[in-house]
Amino acid sequence: MNNPLRSKKAEWFLTSPSFLWLAVFFVIPAIIVLAFTFHGHDASGGVGDWSFSTWRELVDPDYPAIVWNTIRISFEVTLWSIILAIPCAYAIARMNPRWRAIVAGSIMLPFWTSFVVRVFAWKTMLHPDGWLQACYIVFLRFREWLFDWLPGFFQQFLVWTGLATAGHVDPATSTILDSETAVVLVSVYSFLPFAIMPIYTAAEKFDFSLLEAARDLGAKNFYAFRKIFMPGVKQGIISAVLMVFIPAIGSYVIPQMLGGTNCVLIGNKIFMRAIQNRNIPHASALAVLMAVSVLVPLGLAMWWKHRQDARDKKRLEAQTARLMTNDGGAES
Amino acid sequence: MANEFLVFDHVTKRFGALTAVNDVSFSINKGEFFSLLGPSGCGKTTLLRMLGGFERPDSGRIYLEGKDITDLAPNQRRVHTVFQNYALFPTMTIWDNIAFSLKLAKKPKAEIEEAVDNILEMIRMSDHAWKYPNQLSGGQKQRVAIARALVDRPQVLLLDEPLAALDLKLRQHMLLELDTIHDQVGITFLYVTHDQGEAMSLSDRIAVINKGKVEQLAGPAQIYEAPATRFVASFIGDTNFFHGEIVSVDGDYCYIQGEGFPQIKAYNDKKLSVGQEIDLSVRPEKIRVTLTPPPPEKGASINVFPSKVKDIVYQGVYTKFWVTSSGLQIQSLKPHSRFLLDQEPITWNDEVFVWWHPDDGYMVTAVD
Repeated sequence: MNNPLRSKKAEWFLTSPSFLWLAVFFVIPAIIVLAFTFHGHDASGGVGDWSFSTWRELVDPDYPAIVWNTIRISFEVTLWSIILAIPCAYAIARMNPRWRAIVAGSIMLPFWTSFVVRVFAWKTMLHPDGWLQACYIVFLRFREWLFDWLPGFFQQFLVWTGLATAGHVDPATSTILDSETAVVLVSVYSFLPFAIMPIYTAAEKFDFSLLEAARDLGAKNFYAFRKIFMPGVKQGIISAVLMVFIPAIGSYVIPQMLGGTNCVLIGNKIFMRAIQNRNIPHASALAVLMAVSVLVPLGLAMWWKHRQDARDKKRLEAQTARLMTNDGGAES
Repeated sequence: MANEFLVFDHVTKRFGALTAVNDVSFSINKGEFFSLLGPSGCGKTTLLRMLGGFERPDSGRIYLEGKDITDLAPNQRRVHTVFQNYALFPTMTIWDNIAFSLKLAKKPKAEIEEAVDNILEMIRMSDHAWKYPNQLSGGQKQRVAIARALVDRPQVLLLDEPLAALDLKLRQHMLLELDTIHDQVGITFLYVTHDQGEAMSLSDRIAVINKGKVEQLAGPAQIYEAPATRFVASFIGDTNFFHGEIVSVDGDYCYIQGEGFPQIKAYNDKKLSVGQEIDLSVRPEKIRVTLTPPPPEKGASINVFPSKVKDIVYQGVYTKFWVTSSGLQIQSLKPHSRFLLDQEPITWNDEVFVWWHPDDGYMVTAVD
């Protein structure tokens, strides 16, 4: 009762360091970035006077495509990372504690080497004379075969969204290095541990006897995995999506080193504007543009989910009412 | 053999060096409430898991309604389990938990709704249908787990220590509830427990398991009154053991001589002969404690031990006495069928007589 740490004042006092931290390292920088976009730039790379010139100059015809590519590639990277991470996390969580420590440790092992060095190592592995290149040609031929097999409107849709390209595979020009595939591949490699760890943490707390119960009630293994395990580690999957998607959106080292001119993402553009063109306001505007492009759809999705939840709740209440009236009917 | 309802036929299961189930054979009747009773680690849960399909026996077969189910996966047999920790799906509502097996069987929607609503009513949980498992109490979770396993009418319902996680009061309540549910649905229940009270009060028949073997398979009264082995006698309820050798046989009765006590007369139901070693089990409630010796006409034919009271525990319904007689410890349970305060009290260190009729002891094999 008289605990001084319980009072409102103490609460503010105790949480203030984290608020301060957030303010200094997140809120204030974000405001500065936003403020920069309403400035011009000067020839020496400094920030000029207040002006809308930066936003007016942002009408580069390449930008919409780059923003879209960044979102699409980040989405692909996230999808592949999650698809690979869920079975990994499941397998690790089911191991005995000794193996669990060994395997979980191995997953974190690459972090002892510099990120740039690892990406550079991939550059060597993806060399046009290497075996990964040979695999890549086989993969492209398979994709071409699949594409030809699809109905016309589907092909057009895939070409339109940029998920596929029409035309035949030419081994001479189709190098995996300096391609989007290389960027996706190495991004998945880099971000996979960030996807595995949160899902593994959730899976470790998961009660595996539930899978036994599901099988006991007639479920096949995969059905039990899909309907019981996956919802059971939902929170872990959500964290994993954020842990991969957010760095993927901002990544520029991987496309810079492995994407060549075929895969320029928003991160590379921001880097170019800031470092090469010495135009900080323009780079800031790009960063804001990117953030808005992600946050607006995300906000809409959350609003939709909220509405859906409210509807579900109403439906459940209605169903309970149905059961209650059934009971009443039986008694009268 | 194969025409019986559920048959374990010479089933053996080993885990490394440990033989959990050792050449066990028994059969269960249709609609029966059957219990597997034994201490922890005796192999009863392994037997249950083999029937559920979660373990495969190393040798032997399991038949259900004439069909060999030994190698079927859990989802291929119509045998459902009520797990000790309930194992309700936390991401689903109570209604969806119960409907799980029906949805898997792709039953028509109307049929699912009817079956789930009916069973919810049976367990009196209709108004909790749209709650999630973590919003329920232990007893409610237990009822839902039972309903979920019963809703598609399995051939056998397996219950793995279902009441172990509940407190005493709730456990007693759930015992009655289980009994009622069994009567209502008419499905065969296979109940695993280490609690003899639960097994005795619910079961039609009990298999007492020890060290991977069935020690005795019989009705509750049979098991209590006529235990087959020393283990059964000591595991089910309290008892006094008198170890000795048969020194003479007199018609249906025999006399047992052991170290440190006078000869005991006992009913020789196993038709043993002179010279054989035996353990005699006498339940505490069969032994009377009185301040005066028993009436002489009785005294000639019954066992009477002059003793001294060492310890008394008053329990309202009965009083428990621990007495010593020529170095032996004997416990006796005195029920209070008359107004107790009118009687002459027996207190600590009183010289008393303990006595019982030769018919009330039961001889069990001396070796375990």
